[in-house]
Amino acid sequence: MLEIVFFYIASTVALVATVMAMTRANAIHALIYLIVSLLAVAVIFFLIGAPFAAALEIVIYAGAIMVLFVFVIMMLNLGEKGDKQERQWLQPSIWAGPAVLSAVLLIELVMVISQTNGPVSVTAVSAKEVGLALFGPYVLAVEIASMLLLAGLVGSFHLGRRYLERDNLEKQGGQ
Amino acid sequence: MSELMPVLLALTILIGGVAGAAVLTWFERRLLGVWQDRYGPNRLGPLGIGQVAADMIKLLFKDDWVPPFADRLVFIFAPTAIVVAMMMGFAVVPFAPDMMIIDVNIGLLFFLGMTSLAVYSVLLGGLASNNKYALLGGLRSAAQMVSYEVFMGLSLIGVVMMTGSFSLVDIVEAQTDVWFCFSQILGLIVFIIAGIAESHRLPFDLPEAEHELTAGFHTEYGGMKFAMFMLGEYLGLMLISCMIVTLFFGGWHGPMLIGEWLPPFFWFSFKVFVIICFFVLLRAAIPRPRYDQLMSLGWKVMLPITLVNILVTGAVLLWMEGVA
Repeated sequence: MLEIVFFYIASTVALVATVMAMTRANAIHALIYLIVSLLAVAVIFFLIGAPFAAALEIVIYAGAIMVLFVFVIMMLNLGEKGDKQERQWLQPSIWAGPAVLSAVLLIELVMVISQTNGPVSVTAVSAKEVGLALFGPYVLAVEIASMLLLAGLVGSFHLGRRYLERDNLEKQGGQ
Repeated sequence: MSELMPVLLALTILIGGVAGAAVLTWFERRLLGVWQDRYGPNRLGPLGIGQVAADMIKLLFKDDWVPPFADRLVFIFAPTAIVVAMMMGFAVVPFAPDMMIIDVNIGLLFFLGMTSLAVYSVLLGGLASNNKYALLGGLRSAAQMVSYEVFMGLSLIGVVMMTGSFSLVDIVEAQTDVWFCFSQILGLIVFIIAGIAESHRLPFDLPEAEHELTAGFHTEYGGMKFAMFMLGEYLGLMLISCMIVTLFFGGWHGPMLIGEWLPPFFWFSFKVFVIICFFVLLRAAIPRPRYDQLMSLGWKVMLPITLVNILVTGAVLLWMEGVA
């Protein structure tokens, strides 16, 4: 019973935080709300019996990827100008269309969910089972993801290397 | 009673953590004094411990000022994040066989998650201050902490492989006979270095390196907000020490030859005390590296070490399984 209460609290926090993240004009404020939303989702994962996914949600999404987002925003250092531009982009006439369309989808989703009867039974999935699944039936997906990461690694190496060579050339030219 | 235990323990940790951090500020300065052949604060009360009260009163009575050019909301929020995250981290630390708030099967990941959330404090503090020194400090800390988080996580994989569980209680129980500090010596070294970098203490305090960045991310902070950053830093030091003891030095178990004739909690706190003294010694002995040296140490030395450690641990475990 207590779990259901916790679930609804966490879901409400997640929904409110996500809406706030979308409507903030200041990029940093929006990001903080997004982090809160991710933490709330982690709590939901924990409650529905996926503690491993909850931990990864915090470690990877909230703790690493979002840090890099904040990092990039710090480098850009937008300030007041960025806020003003964002406020212009957040005019009601711009988001009214997408909002109506997603409202239609939401109604559809609620109807589909209400047709499935009874609560889904909760089974806790341990980290070991997740690992076995990843290296068993889903090993292809893991390999594809690793290829994607490798591509990213090679790409960033290439970008970094080009600057390095140009610096060296400039140094030689100077001499 | 057993249901009340976690609540009581949580309150004890809350009060003990704050008090411990306060006493640590004095203890660290005295110990540094001993090692650097000087006195340190020795005027107020026995051995100068009254200095703690004096510092606290001074911080409490300072003007609680928010710079007019700062992002007010984020500026106030930033120092609380590190304290909350570090305090939460203590929830999974097993102090003694029945003395822990919660034993979850993802305990180790929970600890890593909480330390990774502590980054925001430094990052947002630096950004909200709207000051170029603070911004540079925040940027440095982001790069430093995100990088060292990687090695911190990887250095623990060996321990997890040998235990077969993320639960910290299981990890301590797996060390009943032999502590992991022998078989996982590489993991221990990397974890200690990454731990210092994560709690951005000297010698890795580049985010607040005062000779180049005035005070880094907390340049604009004063009074109790500054005290919160310091509290978070000392809590981080204690949490890392607790984790080193739990993961590599057998947690509540006594040393192998001497055995278990003293209460488990004594052994745990004694080992934590020794590790904290070791961290203070590092601060006294090692100069601060340059920023690029820090980053290349991470990616060119620590990463290969951890990967080799994982490879060798896995191979040995498989080989032993084959022999048995």
